Amino acid sequence: MATVGARATLSVVNGEERPGEEPPGEELAGEQRRDAQRQVKRRSGAADPTPAHFRRLHPLTPLLRGWAWLAAAIVFGGQNAVVSGDPRRFAVIIPVVAVMGFGFGFASWWFTRYGFDGDDLRIDSGVLQRRSRRVRMDRLQAVDIVRPLAGRLLGVSELRMEVAGGGESEAPLAYLSVDDAVRLRAELLARSAGISADTPEAPERQVHEVQLDRLIGSTVLSGAFMFGVAVFAAIAIVVATGSGQVVIAGMSGFIPGLFAVGAALWYQLGRNFGFTLAESPDGFRIRKGLLDTRSQTVPPGRIQGVALRQPLLWRTKGWVKVDVDVAGYAGSSSSPQTSTLLPVATYQEAISVLRQVLPGADPASVPLERAPRRAAWLRPIGWFRLAYGADDRVVVAREGVFYRTLMIVPHAKTQSVRLTQGPIQRRLKLASVAVDTTPGPVDAVIRHRPELQAREILEAQARRARLARRVDVPERWMVTQRGGVTEGDGIPPASIGDRSGHGVARPFEGQGSPSHDDSG
Amino acid sequence: MFAPPGEAWQPVSKALVTLRRAVLMFWLAVFAIAALVAGLLLVWWLAVVGLAIALVVLIWGLWLIPRNWRAWGYAERDDDLLVKHGVLFRKLSVVPYGRMQFVDVNSGPLERRVGIATVQLHTASPATDARIPGLPPDEAARLRDRLAALGEARAAGL
Repeated sequence: MATVGARATLSVVNGEERPGEEPPGEELAGEQRRDAQRQVKRRSGAADPTPAHFRRLHPLTPLLRGWAWLAAAIVFGGQNAVVSGDPRRFAVIIPVVAVMGFGFGFASWWFTRYGFDGDDLRIDSGVLQRRSRRVRMDRLQAVDIVRPLAGRLLGVSELRMEVAGGGESEAPLAYLSVDDAVRLRAELLARSAGISADTPEAPERQVHEVQLDRLIGSTVLSGAFMFGVAVFAAIAIVVATGSGQVVIAGMSGFIPGLFAVGAALWYQLGRNFGFTLAESPDGFRIRKGLLDTRSQTVPPGRIQGVALRQPLLWRTKGWVKVDVDVAGYAGSSSSPQTSTLLPVATYQEAISVLRQVLPGADPASVPLERAPRRAAWLRPIGWFRLAYGADDRVVVAREGVFYRTLMIVPHAKTQSVRLTQGPIQRRLKLASVAVDTTPGPVDAVIRHRPELQAREILEAQARRARLARRVDVPERWMVTQRGGVTEGDGIPPASIGDRSGHGVARPFEGQGSPSHDDSG
Repeated sequence: MFAPPGEAWQPVSKALVTLRRAVLMFWLAVFAIAALVAGLLLVWWLAVVGLAIALVVLIWGLWLIPRNWRAWGYAERDDDLLVKHGVLFRKLSVVPYGRMQFVDVNSGPLERRVGIATVQLHTASPATDARIPGLPPDEAARLRDRLAALGEARAAGL
């Protein structure tokens, strides 16, 4: 019987034990032990030398990384020189900083090498403190190739491997030549799928392309853009009618307005410029970007949840945007950027993409059931939009009057289910059920259901999740020797007690069937 | 509704009440002393108001703590763990063993003093709320080992 220490942490590792790996807890810090992906980081350079076949990053790497330091030095040094009026020190400092920066950059580049060691990708880095990092291929959640503007000019790109549990993109390889990055991505995906490593890149079929006029239209109809226009209009009125100091005050509002418009343009237009979504045996491929381009690959079965969103102004056009939860994307700072599956599409297009993204599921035909009328005490406006539905593949939660959302979580990706009830809900005999997924933009909460029904939903969700997991896409998705991975059939029909039977074909537009009420 | 009959609900240790009472009393004592000092140095009614607040909070806390303790419970089912807690805001979590990523067992100096530990289950979702405070160390270790074994046996990927 192990007694409980001051802080005893036990890691439970999901999945099979790997031979030849050091036992957990030898020299790993608690923080890293938490990492379910078991990115084994070793600090022993001498004990485990870098194999000879490992490669270095692109030789331009120190140059690309060093210029930011140099720019900072010029800015601060220049400011100092202007303030003190003594440019001599500035003239001495800048070359020193430049030499040091590129010296460190070169050393870092020289000591960073990557390659496949066994089945893992291993990255050894560090000049004084050596670090060896392994990325398990079966736990790979996504592979992105990012090409910043400077990188595009110099013909290099950055390869990011996303794994669950990692914070900032766990293992960015910056920078590689474009050919190397593409080749390495193909190899990563092949190894991750469980097929021969020298399989060439899989062919792809374009699923969706966002037309420029529609992208511009969606940008113009966004809230931030409208806000900016409103600010400009207000300034124009003030400047036209006011005088003296009022005009100056009005002009000072010009800057925030410019920022709002600029941000709206950049977020929607610049990042999603030339957006294409393609399907391949490797999973989904997304390409986008105007100045910085990004090419994402999300293997099959890595999508943890889907959110359809419709801002108020898009409703006239019938547009929606689609965000996805992919484990690993959430931890990185560019999460809103990477989690987009479709920046703008019509509802029908979005649904047809969803059918491919979530094989076997048809979120549009899931019958929805509305929250009871008494939910209006808690949601005076939005209560009639609150609805939920489930079939044997997904659970769907609808919400929002002005900003409509539809959250879709496959049962196989449900992490846990929670039933919650606040004091007002208790008076009204209502409760909410939350379906937890990995962190990201999808947050499925079935709000304000009648108590007993909420309880049934909880049990049914737990049961459906359990059954669905057994037939989910395996982590190595090309290895199909795991029974019942074929699409469509072979899924044990989860018994669903709360199906109303009234099919509503369009959850976004439809009202849903009225709710069963358990408290008469 | 939050404690469906038919499950083998386990209560948490009564020592949790002892611990929470002690912590409450300690902080109220600090607050009362501060109020007294303020009353002596500044104006007398600060002390009276401060002591009155401390008394009200004390009575309310002493009433609330056992109620809150009673609301805690967990049940080990075949495929998942149920955890319930909360009086005003009630919560019931269902965590499938196969979704578990790791288990934490924590016991701070005060908790060890009264002989309890906290077991927490983590899944890949940070929203998962499966924390069981106030377990005797033996029970905590048993639960940890059992959860670990079940998690391994029913392991599923993400």
